[in-house]
This record gives sequence, C-alpha cells and structure tokens, in this order.
Amino acid sequence: MSGVPEMANAGAAGRSVAALRRTSGQVVLHLILAGIFLCLALAPFLFGDVRSQQVAARICVFIVLVASYDLLIGYTGIVSFAHTMFFGFGAYGAAMTLRAWGPGWDAILIGGAAGVLAAFVLAALIGLLSLRVKAIFFAMVTLAAASVMMVLASQLSDLTGGEDGITYRVPGLLKPATKLLTDADGKVVRLFGVALNGKIAAYYFVFLSCLVLFGVMLRIVASPLGTVLQAIRENELRAEAIGYRVVAYRTAVFCLAAVLAALAGIVWAVWLKYTGPDTALSFAIMIDVLLMVVIGGMGTMTGAVIGVTVMSLAQYYLKDLMQAGADATAALPLIPDLLNPDRWLLWLGILFILLVYFFPAGIAGTLLKKDR
Amino acid sequence: MIVIAPHSLTTEDLTIRFGGHSAVNAVSCGFSPGELTVIVGPNGAGKTTYFNLISGQLPPSEGRIFKGDLDITRLSPSARAKAGIGRAFQLTSLFPRLSVLENVRLAVQARAGLGPRLLQKVSRFTQTWEAADRHLEATRLTDVAYLPAAALSHGDQRKLEVALLLAMQPDIFMFDEPTAGMSVDEAPLILELIENIRKDGAKTILLVEHKMDVVRALADRIIVLHNGELVADGKPDDVIALPIVREIYLGIPAEDVA
Ligand SMILES: Nc1ncnc2c1ncn2[C@@H]1O[C@H](COP(=O)(O)OP(=O)(O)OP(=O)(O)O)[C@@H](O)[C@H]1O
Ligand SMILES: [Mg+2]
Repeated sequence: MSGVPEMANAGAAGRSVAALRRTSGQVVLHLILAGIFLCLALAPFLFGDVRSQQVAARICVFIVLVASYDLLIGYTGIVSFAHTMFFGFGAYGAAMTLRAWGPGWDAILIGGAAGVLAAFVLAALIGLLSLRVKAIFFAMVTLAAASVMMVLASQLSDLTGGEDGITYRVPGLLKPATKLLTDADGKVVRLFGVALNGKIAAYYFVFLSCLVLFGVMLRIVASPLGTVLQAIRENELRAEAIGYRVVAYRTAVFCLAAVLAALAGIVWAVWLKYTGPDTALSFAIMIDVLLMVVIGGMGTMTGAVIGVTVMSLAQYYLKDLMQAGADATAALPLIPDLLNPDRWLLWLGILFILLVYFFPAGIAGTLLKKDR
Repeated sequence: MIVIAPHSLTTEDLTIRFGGHSAVNAVSCGFSPGELTVIVGPNGAGKTTYFNLISGQLPPSEGRIFKGDLDITRLSPSARAKAGIGRAFQLTSLFPRLSVLENVRLAVQARAGLGPRLLQKVSRFTQTWEAADRHLEATRLTDVAYLPAAALSHGDQRKLEVALLLAMQPDIFMFDEPTAGMSVDEAPLILELIENIRKDGAKTILLVEHKMDVVRALADRIIVLHNGELVADGKPDDVIALPIVREIYLGIPAEDVA
C-alpha cells in the first residue's frame, strides 16, 4: 500500500474536493446536526431541570439504538423486530448484576459483557438459521424470538423482577450526591451555576459512551463493509455474483447491530437505575425505533440523530405545548378543545403523517437528495 | 492433430430440469484458456441457464462442473467468483442507487478481499479507487462516474454491466449478449474490450451472441445449444455451414441448404 504516496494523496484530495461540493440540503442537514450535537454536549449547562436531562440522555441512548437498527434496515435491507430484545439483553445484564453484586463498575462491566455476549450468540443463531430464507420469514422469526424473551422476562421474576423490573444503585461516581470538585470549604464547585456533582458525571458517561458508539457506526458505514451492506440491499444476486458471501455478511451485520444495541442497553440501565420491560424490552420501544428510523431517513446514519430528536421532543413536550396553546386560545371556540393535552396522541399522529408526506425519504434522506 | 490444451472450465453431463422440462440437458463441454467460444441457439435454447449453472445461480439436477481440476459443482456463486469465474448478465443486474464508481469499486474490492474491513475508511484504499477509475475509463463511463447506476441510459448500463465483470478480473469471462439493445456506435467498444481480453491469451471467454457478423468476427469456436442440448461444436466456418445450424438457428430449412 506504500506504492506512490504523492499520487495516492492527490487522488484522495481530489475525492474529498468532490465530496465538499455540498448542496443546500446537505448544508441544512449539517447545521441541524451541529445544533443537536451542541445541545446534547452542553445539555446539563443549557437545560437545568431534571426532565430535560432525562430527555437528553434518552436522545443519546436512542441515537445509538436507532442507528444500529439503521445498519440493518436502512443499509442492509434486513427487517428485524428483535432489536429491543438485544437492547434488553445489555440492560438486563447490567441491571441484574448491579442488583446482585451491589453498585460497582465490575458489575456493569461483567454483567454488561454477559448481556452483550448473549445478544451476540442469539443473533448469530437466528442469523445462521434463518437469514437464508425470505425476508418476511426472517422478520417473523425475530418477532417470535422477541415475544419469547418478553414472556421469559416476565416469568423469571426472581431474576428479572418480572413486570416490576429491577431497581438498583449505580457506582458512587454517578450518584447525584457525589461532589466531583470541591472548593476550599468542601462545597461542590459550580460551573455556570451548575453544580459539578455525580448527576453531571452520569450524564457525561451516557453522552460520551453514545458518542463513541455512534462514531464507530459512522466509521463502519464509511468502510468497505458499509458499501458491501448497501450492495446487498440494492442487489443481493449481483453482490453474491461478484464474490460477496451474502449470508455471511447478513449474519455478521445482524450480530454487529445486536452487540451495539446491547451496549446502548447497558448505558440506558446505568442512567435509569431501573430496568424493566417498559424501559428495555417492550414492543412499544420497537415501534418507537421503527418510527424514528423512518422519520429520520433510512440508510443515512444521521437520520437516526434527527429522527430520535424530533420524536423524543414530541413525546416529551407536545403535551406541554398543547396545554400552552389551549390556555392561550381559551377565549376562542373549539380550538382549545382541539388543543386539549389529552389529544396529544392525535397530534403526534398528524405530525408523523406530515413528516412522512413532506419528507418521504425521511428528514435526513430527503435533505441529502435535495439538489442545490 | 491439434494438441488440446488442458481445459480451464469443463461441464460434465450438466443438466437442469424445471418440472419435466430439461432447460439444459446433459451438456458436456470443455473450454480452454485463450479461446473465445461463442454460444449460439434460438431463444429459450438454454444459453443463459447454462451460464447460471456454471456461475452457480442455479444448482444442477445432474452433472458436474470443473474449474481446471477443481470440482465447483457445490460451491456458492460467491465462492465461484472467488475461484475466478466471472459473468455479466443478459438482464442488466446492477446496484441501482449506488454510484457508477461505487458499483465498479465493489467488484474491485471483492476481488481484493477487502469486504470484511469495517473500521477503515474506503477512502484509504487508494488502489481500489484507481483500479475502479481504470475500468470506468476502459468502458468510457468516467463522465457518469458519480451518477447512480439507475440514472444511466440503457447503453451505459450495459457498459457498466461489462465494467463489473472486468473489475472482477476473473480467469473465465462469461458474456451474455453484452451488446443487446446497444446503439451501433456503442457496441464496437464492448467487442473491442472482449477482443483485448482474448489477446491476453490466458483467459477463457464464453460469449452468447446473436449477431452473426459479431460471431464471425470474434469466435475461435462456436457451440450450438438447442432445446438444452449441445448439437454442434467446432470451428466457426464449419459450424455455420452445418445444416442443423442453418435450420434451427438461421431458420433456413435443411433441404434448402442441401
Ligand atoms: N428459473 C427457471 N424456472 C423455470 N424455467 C426456467 C427458468 N430459467 C429458465 N427457464 C426455462 O429454460 C429455458 C431456457 O431459458 P434460457 O433463458 O436459458 O434461454 P436462452 O437460450 O438464454 O434464451 P434467450 O436467447 O432468449 O436469452 C426456457 O424455456 C425458460 O423458460
Ligand atoms: Mg438468454
């Protein structure tokens, strides 16, 4: 590979120049992404309240979950309904060990690793046994596996806490009472008025873990493997004919996505200090993931960031917004009634329909396609 | 007496049945390096099916396939591609939403065995890009390199189909009507590319072609398939002169020729 470095560099430079010719859609997309990144990176300092931090942490974790799902559905064209199951493996692995061993990084590491390993093994089994068959059959197998896991989780309540889930404590560093920095009087140091306590540490544990995982995925889609995955999505027969073992690649990406989802699950379990079916296993989460990937744009990676952000903001704040709207229009007929927060699901549905109508390829996908 | 070179590709009693119908029926034939064999036969004769059997898209009902001494009958299409068997499709089969350059680069990358690399950026593999650029130049597709394959004209899609095969750098090249539907000024380029592969001398070329002038100009040997059976095999002039060929292929009744 060390042949003619000068020429090689010239070639690479030429290509990046071609890549630099950005369309207006791309510029808009990158501005949005930069905005989201800044908000997430500075969330504890920008938004003081507990709820906003919860939203920010959820956005971080779900970006990883949705992006790893995009590797499957958007890049490779694999439809799976078992993605939250793998997420749950990571979360429950860490949660059960934290409860059994008490708060400690060893519990997170070992329990999380066990969850990741379980996710990997099960993904490999499902993949090898059924990725050869028709896509619809594969989707059914994942659905069945996920249902079985749900039942198991609720039946094995000694281990999993059943429907109630598990609460546990996390390592001292991440506890709100922990002072990261103290001044001369032993009081916690404040930066821009925000106390540098364990809550901040917990948030940045989430943020940085997710940043690394998302970075890994960005690298994967820009790698030779990333192109092969797209080739399989585009034309399986030809991908095989030019020398790619389609079944092996499909299985590999299925395992990879499962591992990434499980890792996201660990982070989520550590942040929440609670793991149960509703936070880490339910089909409601799977549906959220599907909606997020569609709204953001399949096969784009950046779509995960946008889809998750839009949807999480809507899920957390639409009710508030409607309440404000209803109050403001209280004097008018009909409108306050329509804006009644109880109707928030209706408005969420309308929002989805509008988004899908105006951004048929998802927000990121449509922006990327837009010319100049 | 001609010294017969060791065959680079052999099919032994190769047969495939769809229901009761034998689309390819007990075809035994060997192909040698440096030889360009044109396969002719009327529509539905089994030419494409014969290719599908050799490159592995269809499993044979009976018979065996050898690449040199290696029995490849049970290998997957990708394993056969890695073993050096490459083919272009009669019905254009591309990666529609990927750029022309990416299409070709995928084939180059497969050949180099880089597919499983997942933590290095594609931009680092400069040799892959350069090879892809060369194949695009050879097929005159450089100008459309950054367009999605689906946006190309029919002629350019056919060229890309051939570019993918070239990029695989196989030992055995199988072309299935590569110039079909191409305009008269585009076809010569493809024929010239095939001619260049032949000049290499070490490659085995199988070409399905209907146009008689092309067949005459390129063929070292012609084999005739009819109803799935191999009915004639020999030097171009000899085969074209055979009554059975005139009858089944050119539609001239045997008695008119006799
Ligand atoms: N997958 C399949 N299932 C059933 N029948 C098939 C299949 N593939 C091919 N056939 C049949 O096999 C016969 C040979 O078809 P093939 O495509 O090989 O012909 P061909 O010689 O390539 O014809 P053409 O010149 O039209 O391309 C046809 O009767 C076709 O209908
Ligand atoms: Mg055919």
